[in-house]
Amino acid sequence: MPPAAPIPQGVADEENSYLDRTRSREVRRRSRRLLGSLLAPVRKMFALTVVLVVLAQAAKVAGPALIAWAVDRGLPAAMDGDWGPVLGFAIAYVVCAMVAGGGTAGYIRFAANVSQAILLDLRQRVFRQTQRLSLEFHESYTSGRIISRQTADLEALRELLDNGITSLASGLLFMTFTGISLVLLDWRAGLVLLVAVVPVWLVTRWFQKRSQVLYRISRVASARLIVNFVETMTGMRAVQAFRREQANDVVYGELTEDYRRNNVRTMGLNGIYDPALQLIGNVTVAVALAIGSFRVLDGGMEVGTLLATLLYTKRFFQPVQQMGMFYNSFQSASAALEKISGLLEEVPTVRAAEQPVTLPKASGHLRFEHVRFGYGEETVLPNLDLDIPSGQIIALVGQTGAGKSTVAKLVARFYDVNDGRITLDGVDLREVAPRDLRRAVVMVTQEAYLFSGTVRDNIALARPDAPDADIEAAARAVGAHDFITALPDGYDTDVNKRGGRVSAGQRQLISFARAFLADPAVLILDEATSSLDIPGERLVQRGLQTLLADRTALIIAHRLSTVAIADRVLVMSQGEVVEDGSPEELISGTGSFAALHKAWQDSLV
Amino acid sequence: MPSGHTTADRNLTASMPPSTAVVATLARLYPFLRPALPRLVAGMLCALGASLCALSIPQVLEWAVNGPLLGSAAGGDRAGVWSAVLLVLGLGVLEAGMVAARRAFILFPGTRVEASMRMALFRHLQDLPLAFHDQWPGGQLLSRSMADLGQLRRWMSFGLIMLVVNTTTIGVGVGLMVHMGGILGVAYLCGALPVVYFSYRFSQRFRRISRLSQDQAGDLATTVEESVHGIRVLKAFGRGREAYQSFSAQADELRSTELSKARTLGGFTFAITTISEAVLGGCLLLGVWLVVDGQLSVGALLAFFATAAVVNGPVEQLGHLVSMTLYAKTAVDRYFEVLDTENELRDPARPIRPEKVVGDLVFDDVHFQYPDEPTPDQAWRDPARPSEAPRTEVLDGIDLHVRPGETMALVGLTGCGKTTMISLVPRLFDVTSGSVRVDGVDVREMSRHDLREIVSIAFEDATLFSATVRENVLLGAPEGQRSEADLDRAVTVAQADFVRDLPHGLDTTIGEEGLSLSGGQRQRLALARAVAARPKILVLDDPLSALDVSTEEAVTAQLRQELAETTTLVVAHRPSTVALADRVAVLQEGRITAVDTHSDLLAQNAHYRFVISSLSPEAETGAEPKAVV
Repeated sequence: MPPAAPIPQGVADEENSYLDRTRSREVRRRSRRLLGSLLAPVRKMFALTVVLVVLAQAAKVAGPALIAWAVDRGLPAAMDGDWGPVLGFAIAYVVCAMVAGGGTAGYIRFAANVSQAILLDLRQRVFRQTQRLSLEFHESYTSGRIISRQTADLEALRELLDNGITSLASGLLFMTFTGISLVLLDWRAGLVLLVAVVPVWLVTRWFQKRSQVLYRISRVASARLIVNFVETMTGMRAVQAFRREQANDVVYGELTEDYRRNNVRTMGLNGIYDPALQLIGNVTVAVALAIGSFRVLDGGMEVGTLLATLLYTKRFFQPVQQMGMFYNSFQSASAALEKISGLLEEVPTVRAAEQPVTLPKASGHLRFEHVRFGYGEETVLPNLDLDIPSGQIIALVGQTGAGKSTVAKLVARFYDVNDGRITLDGVDLREVAPRDLRRAVVMVTQEAYLFSGTVRDNIALARPDAPDADIEAAARAVGAHDFITALPDGYDTDVNKRGGRVSAGQRQLISFARAFLADPAVLILDEATSSLDIPGERLVQRGLQTLLADRTALIIAHRLSTVAIADRVLVMSQGEVVEDGSPEELISGTGSFAALHKAWQDSLV
Repeated sequence: MPSGHTTADRNLTASMPPSTAVVATLARLYPFLRPALPRLVAGMLCALGASLCALSIPQVLEWAVNGPLLGSAAGGDRAGVWSAVLLVLGLGVLEAGMVAARRAFILFPGTRVEASMRMALFRHLQDLPLAFHDQWPGGQLLSRSMADLGQLRRWMSFGLIMLVVNTTTIGVGVGLMVHMGGILGVAYLCGALPVVYFSYRFSQRFRRISRLSQDQAGDLATTVEESVHGIRVLKAFGRGREAYQSFSAQADELRSTELSKARTLGGFTFAITTISEAVLGGCLLLGVWLVVDGQLSVGALLAFFATAAVVNGPVEQLGHLVSMTLYAKTAVDRYFEVLDTENELRDPARPIRPEKVVGDLVFDDVHFQYPDEPTPDQAWRDPARPSEAPRTEVLDGIDLHVRPGETMALVGLTGCGKTTMISLVPRLFDVTSGSVRVDGVDVREMSRHDLREIVSIAFEDATLFSATVRENVLLGAPEGQRSEADLDRAVTVAQADFVRDLPHGLDTTIGEEGLSLSGGQRQRLALARAVAARPKILVLDDPLSALDVSTEEAVTAQLRQELAETTTLVVAHRPSTVALADRVAVLQEGRITAVDTHSDLLAQNAHYRFVISSLSPEAETGAEPKAVV
């Protein structure tokens, strides 16, 4: 890599599954770090789980030994009429069984506690992170990908946690026990095992290299599938209206096939790895048999010892398959954690200040000082200076692309300026404590998104602790009360279930009511009335007059009816304010606003 | 924070879908499973073969030790040792080969069945009417398509086979134990009977919990989806923290459900492990007594316990496998719940196509009310529950005739049913009674594909897909007739020339995965899309709402020319949009109360003035004049 190339970070190379070695190692390390940090808070519970696993395994191993003793020692005693030993062994056996059962039940529960605590933690981290990330990020990452991180990727981790860790612990334990027993029994037989570890290691390395890439591809393929699914379902109205069903089938079919083919490849890889481990184990047993037998024949070994070494060798390899399964789910979870850790690594472009300035009661005085801003390469605002005294109502007017919405988004701090600064009551927006900023500045956008829940919930979003009376008052103020009470359950109507019935205009009224309830010092309306009909707009207009008394307001509306209530009109063009004055001044002038206003007047009847 | 709504957050026991038997559920899988069946069976046979090899290796080892090493004369039987080694090696290779073969056989069934079921679901979802999609949250559908089908694949590739192998092993093992041990075996069998009872109880309970957990996971996905789609609102009001708290609470509920699932599984595992082992402990005593009594040989006793040890493993795994099976069953149930949803808006058996498509549109006594269908959660909660909501009709006898080539504006108050009414034309919803006819043919008599080729629609909130501008605009254009000229024309008519200045011009990717556009820009593209479809009938839902006055004027002028030949029904909120129309229909309280020209209506109809005019006396009073209706 040339030194000048930027080092990809976060989600930048998420779609790339063939990473070079350094990057691959970095990404893996990142994913392991995440796993470590998730395990840290639950390490005690985790340790307890392992203890229970050990206990249960020990009890399980003890079972056959007790039976052997019962037959070897108890039976002769019983023959002689002494039932004590047999009874003792039987009781011990039952006790062991209960310990094994209890231990197993216990570790299932504790392992679930560990795994659920980790999953909850990770879910919360991802959710918090997606809420924290700036709009800039969301505008390209898509909801489908976030959902895929939160569902399919977490599912992969869950597989590992639910089954993997216990099988790793019990497997390792079992192998250690049998390994040690074998070495103690006959160190030369132990050497055979040691030699067998070499091919196991080689096969595992081979598997690791291949599966790493395949699982990465798998994560990408599954995310694409989800992204496409979510997009299709969200846009179902357009899909059906424009007969896209068959074309979508083709696209989704290809993605499904990609995903399937990749699953076949990963499963196929496992289909080699798993029997390969089995083969190594079985061959080792055969080798041990051959070597041992000739040693017996040459008198170098007792037959009993041979039998024992063979059984131990066989048992040593029993959990190897389990370990293979563990390694497999570990690889899959690692790939998922790579993606999740990338998302978590993303740094919001709009950040909270390290030492935030509290602004509990903002008056709403806004200032733009030499503000330069652009999306990516393209500059939208070259150098904007603007002073908006508190309480002033501004109408922002201009062509599409003039930068009106950008001004609005900068004030709401959806983005940060590239250069210069915007102040609220003299404090740089970037320094204001986020909570205070959100209380002081509220923006109503054109897309009036309703969350599932009731109409009341949706209005109360602006102030979750608002009493019903306030919510109703807000709805009345914007003229939404009448249609809300006409809904089947009034304010308690579930908007999701009646989604088809809340019209675009009604949604805008609800989001207006939100703004009313929020009671901010600065209110930004970005095309917030576009879907209202004329009576609705009249009502809102009237509501606005009350609402905007002693409030700073930035109103972007192509319907110039809003201008009537503005104190000041700013006409923007190519990121600059080209006309600035009271509505009366501008209308009576000869500028572009006068022409615009005349055209609008003419359109009215 | 409103997003705390869930479909499964009530209580655990009160109301669950009618539980069907595992077998019945799996029988539903049969059509999907059938092509994969031979491979599945072959996989099972290989698995059984592998277990057989695994079981016989210890026997050979024992034989090798007892036979060639000890049995023959001093010095041993070297040839015998070699054959034993080769036998062990052969069996070992065979076992590994069988495992590899099982894996290879199972590769396709699991993934193919998953893929074909996923496609079937997707197709069905695209076919289902909007009324369905209005009621089913996205996350629930997604969780069925991804998590549930993934679960099924894993079960088919692993759980099913292991279940069959383990059950066989247990069956054969217990059979052998009865055969070898006689009374001892029978005692073991009787002692183990409670396991059956516990299995039954466990499966009842586990099924309920796993259903709950899968539903909750779907709700959680819905919340995630909403939190991203509504991110602007959450940011604008600074409600990230509340959204987080509500999400956390929901995730915590899922966690509790998962924990109670684990507790149930743990309890079951404890029961079966201890019961089967305690019974073995008892058998030990009984066995020794039988030996002492001379009814059983020591060898048979040892063989009995050796076999018990082989059975032991599968019994212990049983809990895991049964839970996996139940989980897969629930997943399949959830899947079929959606796939079985009947489409009430189907194509007719014998679709009719109008002989000559001229674009004559008639609403004949159209009534419509939204189907107060029980919501997905209620559907299985209480199917008999009558709707509490008063069934008010949105449309109450609409009569309207839009002549070929005519442009008709539809005017009415917000929420009076304009969007509903125009949605009936391309059959996004179906009328409750009456009919909508295109060129004399009831739209329900036509295939939806034909109908939607004749009728094109542009909604106010334009949905753009993650694709290039070109693909988005030509979305509805008939296949094979997508010319660059059409594209150009549509873009020009809709005043969407800004797309030519995008980084890659018409090939710029827009939509969620691409460049974000402003509301006005999106609306113009939606309009361009409707125009590019070259429909005979064009339905526009307030198509200019987000445009500024001058753009609107330009679009109107272009559209008027463009629409000369096209029958157009346009929802209008403003006089400037009405200007497009030849005539205006006034929609009021579910009926068309007047159809006339704009100027006549303005002169004679007070309601119309109230709705459309900013300058008339009605506008000043701000209240609806009651007398006119």
